[in-house]
Amino acid sequence: MTGHDADVTTGDRDWAIEIRAVRDRRDQAAFARLFDHFAPRVKGFLIRGGASPSEAEDVMQEVMATLWRKSHMFDASRASLSTWIFTIARNRRIDMIRRTRRPEPEDLPWGPNPEPPQAEALALAQETDQLGRAIAELPDAQRQLIERAYFGELSHSEIAFETGLPLGTIKSRIRLALERLRRQMV
Amino acid sequence: MHDIRHHLSDALLLGHAAGALSEAFDLVVATHVSVCDDCRAKLGAYDALGGALLEDMPETAPASGSLAATLDRLPAEPPAAPAADADATFPEPLRRAVGGDLSSVRWRRIGGGVAQAVLTRDKDGASVRLLRIPAGVAVPDHGHNGAELTLVLRGAFHDEVDSFGRGDVEIADPALSHQPVAARGEDCICLAATDAPLRFNAFLPRLAQGLFGI
Repeated sequence: MTGHDADVTTGDRDWAIEIRAVRDRRDQAAFARLFDHFAPRVKGFLIRGGASPSEAEDVMQEVMATLWRKSHMFDASRASLSTWIFTIARNRRIDMIRRTRRPEPEDLPWGPNPEPPQAEALALAQETDQLGRAIAELPDAQRQLIERAYFGELSHSEIAFETGLPLGTIKSRIRLALERLRRQMV
Repeated sequence: MHDIRHHLSDALLLGHAAGALSEAFDLVVATHVSVCDDCRAKLGAYDALGGALLEDMPETAPASGSLAATLDRLPAEPPAAPAADADATFPEPLRRAVGGDLSSVRWRRIGGGVAQAVLTRDKDGASVRLLRIPAGVAVPDHGHNGAELTLVLRGAFHDEVDSFGRGDVEIADPALSHQPVAARGEDCICLAATDAPLRFNAFLPRLAQGLFGI
């Protein structure tokens, strides 16, 4: 993995290159490519969650600005970039509704080697892509239930279903990344 | 850290990832995940599900000039991340909710030597509180109109179901009526969230319910 913009994983771009360029060089062109891809999706997510177009535009800009400001916090061995952006957008959506900051787990401090192994990060990105395809293959009713949960249309008591998705490999991979991080912290 | 035996359910982790929990439950989940890498990894998988859904989201075009407006919001330098505090008793999400560590908690006695500090209470009846139960003492026998989550921060307790040590979470459904008793040796400090008011089973504790403020 050098610096080729055209590097691909499984049909999708490897966004880790752009986010590293933003983090290391404050590269506005790389940020613009991230914006082109993610901003319309984040705005769509917020509108699906009940925001008006102007609220969605405002919150989306804040989400994308957060991506820039916190680019040093992104750990590609624990989340794909789409996952990380989802968590920022979700938190902003909730903060907007509650008008307070949502409780989030404590982040793990960085060890002496903050750059995770590329192979791990790439495998996790590929597994998140595969998860997207697995969602598409679910029966309609099952897929809609998951979408409604994630787009803010189900209450906590309505979330008592199995996703039917193979999440175990992603969980195991994140678990290994956490163990590596914990070893560095000792 | 004591080996955690009682973890969060998949429904709670998915609910936290999806953003469907009350603030009270979010605080218990975030605090447990801060000390439990098994649940952190599972939560990461449910977050990845959100990431996959975002990737597939129908696009809504940003307003014209949106990218420039976003760049205008950026500060010149990123603010430094808050430092982790290795000496703290409470994980960071709980310190934020309390406004400090264990020494900053403003306890109110509620009878029998038990003390509590209500942290948040929302309009739907969900609330989250810290409880301090002296070693060997029982909390009044109670049931729940909704679910109750109890996370042990220090010490241990046992009830009709099992025993719970530091880091363990008890997930009590509305059908469970129980009487937690703090283990001997050390006061038990718990973070407890309910999504509806508690029901006390004896007459006197029902009077105490007013004191509990729930």
